[in-house]
Amino acid sequence: MSGLSRRKLITGGLAATAGVAGLAVADRLAKAYGLVPPDAGGIFGPGETLTYAAQSLLTAHRPAREFPRSMISKDPFAVPIAPPSDAFKKSQALGFSDWRLTVDGMVARPTAFSLADLKAMPIQSQITEVACEEGWSYVAEWIGTPLSGVLREVGVLPQARYVAYFSVEPDQWDSLDMGEALHPQTYLTMGMNDGELPVAFGGPLRMRVPMQLGYKNLKFIHHITLTDSMKKFGKGLGSVEPEFGYAWFAGI
Amino acid sequence: MYVHADPCYASAMATASPRAISTTPRHAAVVRITHWLTVLAFLALLVTGAEILISHPRFYWGESGNPNMHPLFSLPLPTSRPWVNNGFGTAMPDGNGWGRYLHFEAAWVVALTGLVYVLWGFWRGHFKNKLMPERDERSVGALWRVVTKYLRGGRAGDDEAHSYNALQRATYLVVIFVLFPVVIWTGLAMSPSFTSALPATASLLGGRQSARTLHFVVTLLLVGFFTVHVTMIALAGFWKRTRAMMTGRAAAAKEDA
Repeated sequence: MSGLSRRKLITGGLAATAGVAGLAVADRLAKAYGLVPPDAGGIFGPGETLTYAAQSLLTAHRPAREFPRSMISKDPFAVPIAPPSDAFKKSQALGFSDWRLTVDGMVARPTAFSLADLKAMPIQSQITEVACEEGWSYVAEWIGTPLSGVLREVGVLPQARYVAYFSVEPDQWDSLDMGEALHPQTYLTMGMNDGELPVAFGGPLRMRVPMQLGYKNLKFIHHITLTDSMKKFGKGLGSVEPEFGYAWFAGI
Repeated sequence: MYVHADPCYASAMATASPRAISTTPRHAAVVRITHWLTVLAFLALLVTGAEILISHPRFYWGESGNPNMHPLFSLPLPTSRPWVNNGFGTAMPDGNGWGRYLHFEAAWVVALTGLVYVLWGFWRGHFKNKLMPERDERSVGALWRVVTKYLRGGRAGDDEAHSYNALQRATYLVVIFVLFPVVIWTGLAMSPSFTSALPATASLLGGRQSARTLHFVVTLLLVGFFTVHVTMIALAGFWKRTRAMMTGRAAAAKEDA
């Protein structure tokens, strides 16, 4: 019996060593290939890292599902917005002609875009679904200019790894990795269902990320900044959402 | 433990005493470890699933569904969001943040544990030898005989401490090869990222909201299985059966016999 338990001890020891070594290698590889999300700490870190790594390796370059025009929801729903500030109401009275999107950070040419500037860029549309983490969803046509075009315009520096974006609403900011930011369906959206984007749905300018759930699709975007690390923003978790307990990556 | 499987101990088997036979584990180590990991993850998924559910306890069929649309059915629960008040209040705390983090972490545990178990099960003939119903048990009549035995108040005796009856075998196979795969599939069909790589996971089910509704229905079936499973164990002797799944040793009464 003692022979058996010694053998078991050795096998178990070897397996444990291999396991720890394997985890260490996986950790190195994950960091080297950008497979670790900014909110990877804590007890939910392993699950979150597996999810984000699987997405980066398997699904990141695929297009989100698009639908025929006949499937556009007749009754879309938007979570009620907080009462707009006076500055917003003033801008709205001017037809948002004074709205500016400033793009700065790790870029060659920091630029402030008006809505007219953005509308002069290539305009595209997609019929995709907004899915809320609560469970509800709707399909709509989204009209805007791909974020990738705007990033090309400002000249992203090679060390940039994240695109952080900010809403005029207080404490509303988020970020995308470069892969998601350059994804062809990631739009700066100005129109919905053949019309202007209603304020209730994020007008005049909404980040549309159909690869991820609704809460990544921030309303009222006025500032974008490129960075090599999300540690410099808020609590360093990638967006304001993890500060309220929600995952930075919302592809699931 | 695996005395009989080790060629070095073949001579011991030749003179097998009743004692040697009784040390053959009722449940293999892989079965025991994957079983308890699945129990932990399943309970975590259930609690967090309920937590996510109360933020929108309405179900739809097809691709889309939202508070502005008529639901297929709606659950009489208090909610954590004011725009889906089903008449039972909206005062529940919002737990979707940690709920979703833990839900997906536990889902990884279930999926990876299940993968190890199923691969091992095919490799070691676990399904063929332990879970496929015997040739004479592959009929509705055979299942019905077990059901009527239970209904008459018959309990699993020591003769069933070492193998599964026809109804157990059929049920475990359905849970392992139908309910768990479908609940994972319907869960993934709600992921905008996953469905971008495999759109058919959602479209084959009729859309995202159909997938969500099916995810809920299959969860109810799994909860049903869980409830009956624990009840039957309690009837057969809770600690005796639970100890067998923890230590691998079958009922002490059998060993003494």
